[in-house]
Amino acid sequence: MKLIVMVMTMMMISEGSMIDQTCKQTPDFKLCVSLLNSDPRGSSADTSGLALILIDKIKVLATKTLTEINGLYKKRPELKQALDQCSRRYKTILNADVPEAIEAISKGVPKFGEDGVMDAGVEASACEEGFQGKSPLTSLTKSMQNISSVTRAVVRMLL
Amino acid sequence: MASSDALLPISAREEEPLCPYTKLPDGSRSDPETHPRRRRPYKGLLAVSFGLLLIAFYVALIATQDGSRSNEAANAIDETEKTTSSSRARLAGVSEKSNDGLWKLSGGRNTPAFEWNNSMLSWQRTAFHFQPEENWMNDPNGPLFYKGWYHFFYQYNPNAAVWGDIVWGHAVSRDLIHWVHLPLAMVADQWYDSNGVWTGSATILPDGSIVMLYTGSTDKAVQVQNLAYPEDLNDPLLLKWVKFPGNPVLVPPPGILPKDFRDPTTAWKTPEGKWRITIGSKINKTGISLVYDTTDFKTYEKLDSLLHGVPNTGMWECVDFYPVSKTARNGLDTSVNGPDVKHIVKASMDDTRFDHYAVGTYFESNGTWIPDDPTIDVGMSSSLRYDYGKFYASKTFYDQNKGRRILWSWIGESDSEASDVQKGWSSLQGIPRTVSLDTKTGKNLVQSPVEEIKSLRLSSKKFDLELSPGSVVPVDVGTATQLDIEAEFEIKKESLDKFFGDASVVAEAEEFSCEKNGAGSTVRNALGPFGFSVLATESLSEQTPVYFYIAKGKDSKLKTFFCTDTSRSSVANDVIKPIYGSVVPVLKGEKLTMRILVDHSIVEAFGQGGRTCITSRVYPTTAIYGAAKLFLFNNALDATVTASFKVWQMNSAFIHPYSEEAVRALTRT
Repeated sequence: MKLIVMVMTMMMISEGSMIDQTCKQTPDFKLCVSLLNSDPRGSSADTSGLALILIDKIKVLATKTLTEINGLYKKRPELKQALDQCSRRYKTILNADVPEAIEAISKGVPKFGEDGVMDAGVEASACEEGFQGKSPLTSLTKSMQNISSVTRAVVRMLL
Repeated sequence: MASSDALLPISAREEEPLCPYTKLPDGSRSDPETHPRRRRPYKGLLAVSFGLLLIAFYVALIATQDGSRSNEAANAIDETEKTTSSSRARLAGVSEKSNDGLWKLSGGRNTPAFEWNNSMLSWQRTAFHFQPEENWMNDPNGPLFYKGWYHFFYQYNPNAAVWGDIVWGHAVSRDLIHWVHLPLAMVADQWYDSNGVWTGSATILPDGSIVMLYTGSTDKAVQVQNLAYPEDLNDPLLLKWVKFPGNPVLVPPPGILPKDFRDPTTAWKTPEGKWRITIGSKINKTGISLVYDTTDFKTYEKLDSLLHGVPNTGMWECVDFYPVSKTARNGLDTSVNGPDVKHIVKASMDDTRFDHYAVGTYFESNGTWIPDDPTIDVGMSSSLRYDYGKFYASKTFYDQNKGRRILWSWIGESDSEASDVQKGWSSLQGIPRTVSLDTKTGKNLVQSPVEEIKSLRLSSKKFDLELSPGSVVPVDVGTATQLDIEAEFEIKKESLDKFFGDASVVAEAEEFSCEKNGAGSTVRNALGPFGFSVLATESLSEQTPVYFYIAKGKDSKLKTFFCTDTSRSSVANDVIKPIYGSVVPVLKGEKLTMRILVDHSIVEAFGQGGRTCITSRVYPTTAIYGAAKLFLFNNALDATVTASFKVWQMNSAFIHPYSEEAVRALTRT
């Protein structure tokens, strides 16, 4: 009985920092921890679960960025061409990258999840470069790149 | 990491009252409460209180961490004020899609804004490589030859140009080059494969019948092995497949996780007359290959021993195991064994996306295998690869029609998924290659595109040129997007003598690699590099060099490398552009030879008769259609190189879309 209780102690102590331990292995510990802690599922999720939470954050961010892009058409009509490209790319994140990553991680073939997550960063960067230095989306781009990079590190733990 | 929340009821964390000074995660204070009122035995009460104390400790642990971070959660998505810190993460394994190179923002510098248009994207589709009419493809499955037809199956997504909803596509060919698409062979219609009809292999039985073993992802996402067979063996097109009602025939064994059990191989005979298969898996970070014996493909006995395993290699996907002759170039049936035979173990490494193989010895008495050279065992970073470029999930089969072993490979895209979605497709198969042991070295395989590809050759031009140091020579062959090039190079003797005699030439062979930062094909060295530049614009603003790089070794020996540099293949900012390659063995008296297949967005290069092979995906924006040219170059500072080569225009393979009519016509032939 006491042995069971002791083992429980050990496990609970390590359980409390699952997010910590996971996030330590990503390029941005602080971001990783705040993203995971902001989700109620974070404290009880395994690595797969943490990856899925982060992919959800990518989805949320992409949706937010698309809204921003849509708003910019009126405010900055001279940027139409670049905005069109960005719209296409962020739609790819939502319609291709995110579903691919969710399916891959849920089914235990994380490498396709890694591809989807990395592509989110690629699309964000490509969109940014379309403005040739005068992007109104830089802050959102950086967020996507950072979240993508953190998520990728977590997905790689599943390989 | 095992989740231990099963031990801890959720309510204990959220609602259970504890030490009154504890701040619960949602910030509210709890009311102190008494212990549970029910009467328990003394010992039980002690245990429960102790348990509660531990819970308190646990919650205190969480609370002290959460308190400082709760504010940041809201802001995390809006802005991350710091740039990514130096990585404490060790991204296990090498991935060509490195984060750093890709995410340098233009910030002020005038990089021309680049946009894909449909003309550029539609050019990318290949003329003679296998690909479905649209959507996503990945692993080759169950290749086989039956009743006059080569059959090819493949992982396919019928709904999108990214991986997902996987089913089995199907196509047939008389010659491994001219294909006709057929209806899907298997779909995800059973509980044991409802989450994916994944990779598998065929075994042809002595009576001529066929069994197919494949991995299913069940409705609970558990990886299991299933049996299927043709509905009608009299149908040479094998259009319809039946799944064994008793599926699954194998489930993950004890000690193996439910998502680490996939890609069963073709079976081979044991000395007892049973059939034996192997399935890749992993235990922690050790990649392994499990072994099962069966007499009927329905029930199996798992061997206690593994075929093989290598620590720190991660999950082994698409394991392949087959014999090769030590003395002859022909292929061998998977069951063949004997003194003149070596066995190859190959695995696709999930961690790195590389296919590795090793040559070794198979002990049929206990179903184990050991490599000839343990320092280059399967999956180690220095171990041999079929191909040093974009190439994965490969699978061989024994072609009993022509007595050869054929290698299929999945060649993915290196572009953005936005492009894949826009162009409506993703991935190719490499041209099937014959594979055999290099009888001259005995230590590596050699590969060559199947002979039948020569049937696509149209007109050709022959050239004999002397390339002075620093020369770049246009090769006039007309359009240069579908080519077959066979070339031989020789460094003039005087140049070589001078090279060896020159003490100032630094021995760099030990440190050199094709991927070395910034080097690529632009460097100029004593003996090169030299080779071809394919899919190049007139001004060389876009180009893909395929070349030899010769380095001096410490012992004054020469070490030759064969490389493909895609770093300047395109000005697009959203494609991956690595420099690929590896050392290539060159034996005394041999000239340097290379073969290159150019087919729009894919370049397959074979060095020294296929000792080192490199497949690349390239996405030029201007070096397309009539603007794509071919060049020859010699970057040597001093040495003169002679090049003797032939270039063929390649016809399209006219891969046929599926139609009932086409199929009826086929069944009559």
